Amino acid sequence: MGPRRPPLPWLKPGLFAGGLVPLAVLGWRVAHHTLGADEVAIGLNQLGYLALVFLISALACTPLKIVTGWTWPIRVRRMLGLFAAFYASLHFLTYVVIDQQFDWAILWEDVTHRKFMIVGFLAFLMLLPLARTSTDASVRRLGFQRWKKLHRLAYVAGVLAVIHFIWRVKLDVRIPLIWAGILAALFLIRIVDAIQSRRRRRARQPVAAPTLDVGTPG
Amino acid sequence: MSKPETPEPPSSEVTPEPLYLRRREFLKSAGLGVLTAAATGAGLVALTEGGPGLARAAGGKGSPAPEPPPLKVLGRYSTDEPPTKYEDITHYNNFYEFGTDKTDPAANSGTLKTRPWTVTIDGLVKKPLTVDIDQLLKWFPLEERIYRMRCVEAWSMVIPWLGFPLADLVKRAEPLGSAKYVALQTLLEPSQMPLQKTHILEWPYVEGLRMDEATQPLTLLAAGLYGKALPNQNGAPLRLVVPWKYGFKGVKSIVKISFVEKQPRTTWSIEGPSEYGFYANVNPDVSHPRWSQATERRIGEFARRKTLPFNGYGGEVAQLYAGLDPKTLY
Repeated sequence: MGPRRPPLPWLKPGLFAGGLVPLAVLGWRVAHHTLGADEVAIGLNQLGYLALVFLISALACTPLKIVTGWTWPIRVRRMLGLFAAFYASLHFLTYVVIDQQFDWAILWEDVTHRKFMIVGFLAFLMLLPLARTSTDASVRRLGFQRWKKLHRLAYVAGVLAVIHFIWRVKLDVRIPLIWAGILAALFLIRIVDAIQSRRRRRARQPVAAPTLDVGTPG
Repeated sequence: MSKPETPEPPSSEVTPEPLYLRRREFLKSAGLGVLTAAATGAGLVALTEGGPGLARAAGGKGSPAPEPPPLKVLGRYSTDEPPTKYEDITHYNNFYEFGTDKTDPAANSGTLKTRPWTVTIDGLVKKPLTVDIDQLLKWFPLEERIYRMRCVEAWSMVIPWLGFPLADLVKRAEPLGSAKYVALQTLLEPSQMPLQKTHILEWPYVEGLRMDEATQPLTLLAAGLYGKALPNQNGAPLRLVVPWKYGFKGVKSIVKISFVEKQPRTTWSIEGPSEYGFYANVNPDVSHPRWSQATERRIGEFARRKTLPFNGYGGEVAQLYAGLDPKTLY
């Protein structure tokens, strides 16, 4: 038997290319001035939205595996997360460099006074160490348990990103609320799964010595 | 040297001498004819199109006449800043009756019927009346006013409006002494304005001005832009323009103008009283709770520019607010 070919060999290259398509379209439309009247604002919004979509897609991988039993979502999770960090960085840089043109007074006011800017900035900051520790070597260095704990920050970033989106829109929060709903559903799946697997573990445990059950700290 | 053995053409193929001479003559004539035609044609073209040549021959310098400067028809209050592109003015709109995206109004406002259209003038006036829009526009001559427009969302445009001062309408309506405010209202017709079927805002859209603001000569009722009638997405057939206030004060597709004693309710201050006030004067020093108002991006430009107090119209309007704390006038 030769080495086993990884299943779905087309999946990762396909996702990678597909993940870059919106950036290419954005670049093409900027170059041809077909993005709309306020190009900077529209480009900024698109990049932020792409970051959010990739972040929530990455967060959906484990719940998707739990519900369907498929294993492929876990194999693309890292790439989705890195795309989220990539687009979040472009979103952040577009704001600082192109939109505000390093107007430090306004940027300082943003991160000290404006709630929606603070949560967005925090979400972006959280993605950075996660991208930095996304390699297999990092998992080995940190140890899987510690790595896993650190990468739970992605959920916090997801919540902050959705709040950033909700607070940003002027009035019509229907689309941000849809993403909040998706995020809530993902949380629900994970919570239900955690409870069930804990029950399964308990059921398997032999009732050996009588122990004083004081409940498991959460 | 031996000659290659080429067979001589048969004598039947030899051109007879008279013909041979005629061909040479023909070719010569044809060549000369083409040359003549070319020379004549080129000469004529040079004569008819080559003005500079003649001018030079007459001792002129031969430079082309300059582009004529734009004939300025700026009214007293117009800015000479370059107007925003028509395409941008008509495809980047906030008109929530047709959708909350900036491109929605242009895409969806085809359902708005602007004829027949009537405007009702009522409340504390000597002559309450309902008038057809075409009659109304005959009463007041339209003039062009090129105004800056500053949106509360921190972008701006320069728009060549066609309109008439609201003051003229106020004068004609003859308000009673008890009238302190003017309230204006957009059409309420969910069959024509699809988002009026939702509750994202309280409908109809309402706005208002203090009487001295309404009669300030800058305050305009606009019926057109760029020399044409208003497109639906810009508030056809009649809208308010108050250039020193944030754009949301500019109520669109007006059906009713009422003269009232108390400060009227205004749509955005109902929706978000902590974010939008009644006065809504452009003020770079008072931030929107969620973003700075210190700078703005002029549509079509890349870098932000500083926002001016009263959107640059302070010279005309600042005295209206002399006794009031400007910080409360957001």
